[in-house]
Amino acid sequence: MHNPATLSLRSLIKRFGAVTATDDLSLKVAAGELHAIIGPNGAGKSTLIAQIAGELPSTSGDVLLDGQSVTALNAPARSLLGLARSFQITSLCNGFTARANVALAAQAHAGHSFRFWRSAANDSALLAAADAALAKVGLAARAETLAGALAHGEQRQLELAIALATRPRMLMLDEPMAGMSKEDSARMTDLLASLKKTCTILLVEHDMDAVFALADRVSVLVYGRCIATGTPSEIRESASVRQAYLGEDAEATT
Amino acid sequence: MNSVVTKMDRLGHRETVAIAVLFVALAAFPLVANWLDSPYLIRVATRILVFAIAAVSLDLILGFGGMVSFGHAAYVGVAAYVVAILSFHATNDPFTVWGISFTGTHSALIAWPAAILCSSLTALVVGAIALRTTGVYFIMITLAFAQMIYFLFMSLQQYGADEGLALAQRSDLAGLSLGNRATMYYVVLTALGLVLLVLYRLVRSKFGMVLRGCQQNERRMRAIGFKTYRYKLTAFVISGAIAGLSGVLLVNNEAFVSTADLHWLRSADLLIMVILGGAASLFGPLVGALLWVCLEFVLEGLTPHWHMILGPILILVVLYARRGVWGWLATERAGHA
Repeated sequence: MHNPATLSLRSLIKRFGAVTATDDLSLKVAAGELHAIIGPNGAGKSTLIAQIAGELPSTSGDVLLDGQSVTALNAPARSLLGLARSFQITSLCNGFTARANVALAAQAHAGHSFRFWRSAANDSALLAAADAALAKVGLAARAETLAGALAHGEQRQLELAIALATRPRMLMLDEPMAGMSKEDSARMTDLLASLKKTCTILLVEHDMDAVFALADRVSVLVYGRCIATGTPSEIRESASVRQAYLGEDAEATT
Repeated sequence: MNSVVTKMDRLGHRETVAIAVLFVALAAFPLVANWLDSPYLIRVATRILVFAIAAVSLDLILGFGGMVSFGHAAYVGVAAYVVAILSFHATNDPFTVWGISFTGTHSALIAWPAAILCSSLTALVVGAIALRTTGVYFIMITLAFAQMIYFLFMSLQQYGADEGLALAQRSDLAGLSLGNRATMYYVVLTALGLVLLVLYRLVRSKFGMVLRGCQQNERRMRAIGFKTYRYKLTAFVISGAIAGLSGVLLVNNEAFVSTADLHWLRSADLLIMVILGGAASLFGPLVGALLWVCLEFVLEGLTPHWHMILGPILILVVLYARRGVWGWLATERAGHA
């Protein structure tokens, strides 16, 4: 028996009219693996995340979580099964404190919320879970700050804390380092390295240093197609990848 | 452990004082009106408090849930009509449908829950459909349903059609005489106080947090595992039920109900009360109702073109007091709630 994949995608397709954003994509992410997806802008990475999360219906294909098809389920149902995501463009409840943002995520996974009388702020179990997640991402000191008043880097950390508070078995991170300073990026890389032990991660990221430092395997996405999957060193050495992505990109940006 | 969820979740000093002053003034009002030898003002004030209940119910979904319902008068009117129709059949012939006849009732214990149930069911049907859309479509669907209900009652010849229906007899409520102005006033004031207490708790409960989260960022709420539709629909039905309570009280105060109570202009009045007073503040809509009816009353006396003055006042409030009169009066600092 082989190790069952935590996440597997089977011939996933997404078309927007004539444009094929995800083109017959199949992928397996093994339990405990950190699988990175790289690709130039417009490769369809965020579309893919939205499809896996259940936010965007697929044109065809299947998404399986621990061998079970979740294709028919919507985003909240998939979240309840342990599939968490962060957003590429920070998406928080800006009028709530950082702690309330995280506590809500814990609340969503602690039974239904048809509770109308007792103050949510008195539920010590939720607050403890929220504080633990905030501490993990290094935001403990900012728990009382409104999410909308946090600095950009802190909001990215909060995104991650929210995802962690749902206690996911599969964590999808859509460019967690986007727009971060060098120091913040380095801190996030350390943080993700520490998370690797506890959950399976699908990481979409442009920061190549982070990807090659963290990933067990890397898939390269170009125009919705996966042109290569392999270990970081295999990807680094693959001629087709260099041509399609790394080489061009490296020359263009440096 | 400090467990503030948002800055607005604790009443500030000024807000506490404002609420206390407001309720003391409201409790004392009938005495003042009698002292001024103008007891008819008590009926006017009761009417304002009845609208305040409806406006507060609208604030629950508008201010806390981000759902702009443009047909809220429908839930008020449906309940008012149910009470009047039950009373009509208790006085006149029984109501016969498919060979089964029902006698009506004057009993508040039966008529009021029945009326509130009818409003809730109406809200359930409208909400179930309208909540499949968002933004301007949501507004239009709530308005369309309200207009359908308006024309439905407009067509009921037996119940007065466009002339309205007089309440045959005010409801029997635990031996209270609702025909007595002051009694009716205190019944409504008590109802308003209870509604505010319940909603004050509700918006801070787990349910309330989900609702407010949906208002701020529904996509985020779905991503963390909330099936937002059912929470929003529940809030919509609770709001409809409270609007129904206001309808029950309205018909008992006026001893009359007409299609004007269901008209979209009334829905617009309720929206204005919420915005003028301050959305997402619960107490704001109460102040909004007070101001709106008083302004109408004063300006109507000054000029027949009173809308010309009322309009600009509303625009000024929206531009310069984004959080309404309540936000401007009762909260310490500007900025986010």
